[in-house]
Amino acid sequence: MSDVILQMKELSTHFFTDDGEIPAVDRVSFTVHKGEVVGVVGESGCGKSVTSLSIMQLVPSPPGKIVHGNIYFKGKDLLKYSEKQMRTVRGKDIAMIFQEPMTSLNPLFTIGNQMVEAIWMHERKKKRQQARREAVEMLELVGLPRAADLFNAYPHQLSGGMRQRVMIAMAMSSQPDLLIADEPTTALDVTIQAQVLQIMEKLHIEKNTSILLITHDLGVVAQLCDRVVVMYAGQVVEQGTIREILKDPQHPYTRGLIRSFPKLTENEQKLYSIPGTVPKITAGIVGCRFAPRCEFAFERCLQADPPLFTLEGRRLSRCFLHDVERGEDGDGQATVRSSSVKKIL
Amino acid sequence: MAKQLLEVHQLKKYFDVKGGILNRKVGEIKAVDDISFTVKEGEILGIVGESGCGKSTMGKAILRLLEPTSGVIKFQGKDISQVSDEEMRILRRDMQIIFQDPYASLNPRHTVEKIIGEPLLVHGMDYVDQRRERIKELLEIVGLSAYHISRYPHQFSGGQRQRIGIARALANHPKLVICDEPVSALDVSVQSQILNLLEELRDEFQLTYIFIAHDLSVMKHISDRVGVMYLGTIVELAHKDQLYEQPKHPYTEALLSAVPVPDPDVEQETIVLKGDLPSPADPPRGCTFHTRCPKAMSICQEVRPDFKEKEEGHFVACHLHN
Repeated sequence: MSDVILQMKELSTHFFTDDGEIPAVDRVSFTVHKGEVVGVVGESGCGKSVTSLSIMQLVPSPPGKIVHGNIYFKGKDLLKYSEKQMRTVRGKDIAMIFQEPMTSLNPLFTIGNQMVEAIWMHERKKKRQQARREAVEMLELVGLPRAADLFNAYPHQLSGGMRQRVMIAMAMSSQPDLLIADEPTTALDVTIQAQVLQIMEKLHIEKNTSILLITHDLGVVAQLCDRVVVMYAGQVVEQGTIREILKDPQHPYTRGLIRSFPKLTENEQKLYSIPGTVPKITAGIVGCRFAPRCEFAFERCLQADPPLFTLEGRRLSRCFLHDVERGEDGDGQATVRSSSVKKIL
Repeated sequence: MAKQLLEVHQLKKYFDVKGGILNRKVGEIKAVDDISFTVKEGEILGIVGESGCGKSTMGKAILRLLEPTSGVIKFQGKDISQVSDEEMRILRRDMQIIFQDPYASLNPRHTVEKIIGEPLLVHGMDYVDQRRERIKELLEIVGLSAYHISRYPHQFSGGQRQRIGIARALANHPKLVICDEPVSALDVSVQSQILNLLEELRDEFQLTYIFIAHDLSVMKHISDRVGVMYLGTIVELAHKDQLYEQPKHPYTEALLSAVPVPDPDVEQETIVLKGDLPSPADPPRGCTFHTRCPKAMSICQEVRPDFKEKEEGHFVACHLHN
């Protein structure tokens, strides 16, 4: 398809540490289409940030290394690019904003200085006045008041929400095709988060930018995303549209995650909680990674790696419960649930 | 009717701002500015607000971990705002605190035995064997195992560390526990485990919590009554059902509307507030919220609204309801 902006194929990023090889990202595949907002959801350590850093090839190396797979950006494999070629992609074609707006800006330079630098980086011929004008326009676009004054301000003079908006303005100044937002609102308060989300939505609609939104907050995902990729322990466990995932989750982990959220609109007596904790990922791990915490786990989950099963439409779920062909009576899903084999490690 | 366990009257905590070459006082930050509320025995009072609103300072001022500037704090009917440090130390046996960051609040050089044993030792459990028994018991209560006793904090995950913090707080059978953002550093699946644990412990040991958090969904789940703080003052305080269904203060309304709901069918009408939180060193005159309030009137710029009971148990500080 021509409208595919980003396509990841079986991407694996491993870390080589003293304790051995850690497959932080394990055969992750998904695509982002033009003008689409895709959310990557998961808990800390699930590999969502490493996935985004891999796209930008910013994984610290050593110890990190992309060991397998392809990342196609508008049809071209980014992994075949040289560092010099990659530098023209970063910021210009793919821009990224990070969680910590405090640490992403250089405290020694003014906002304007840093914004103009970002613009010059990709269009060296631009006149100073022109670059300045563009920077101020971008600051206004993200809803910062007194943009001309802010141009001469230092990062410490701004609040967290303002800094994050400067980061967005900087990222959007080169009109990228893809914006990767890694937990953009996690460090912000709810009312400020609402402001930032509103701006991201506005930019997405006005400029038709594709966004890859990495977050752990399902509420943020529901507000902004078209499709969701759920990750657990380095793997994609479920993929589908926002409605499919939130209304009818198929993978036991997604189901548990959604049930663990305290809801603003409901009065539940006791919160559901997934027992146990996220396992340490090591090389050579056998079986489904969620099996030790899964209430539906059975023999096969511990012995073999479940593949991603394609469900109706374009939905994917990594769970043997969907393996209709190899159930005990030919109807795997029903059999497994009724026999409710429990295996606790 | 349940007894009042804690009464707070006009609590204030100002921090001096020093400056100039003589390091004189040049101003003050009104971190907590005139707060009054009561906590009944066995209830969970939630205090919610954004960063910098003074909610943590309030928690620490109640325990006098920070000396309040003025105000009266009555614990079990006794005024504790003026008692000596020594007396306060004994009183703190009944009043404990759980901190937000499970990575920073445990000494990395101490074993779990030492961490949980410390408050036992301070309050007079002198025998090692007796302490060890109690520590093991506490570990089981919070869902860890007795063999964890000789381990160090770095050997635990974030959720487990928070459990150690909880065990430490419970060591001396406290009556009141102040939970200062106990779950905000944790992942969702772990967060729900800790919330459930806190509720179970409340029921089992008849605890009373002041639960400080910024997450409105967590707050709704765990609290009985909720107070909303803005710039050092409580702007609204009510039973959670009243507060969440019929918020009276415009700030509460905005806060509630800003929480993203994980449901694609819910059409949210987010009230997006303009601007940022004003500096508590130079709070706006009149109602502190008037600079961002979508419903501000002229009186709001001049007169600070009183914190009054508008309906039974529903307190609000806003001129709209006068």
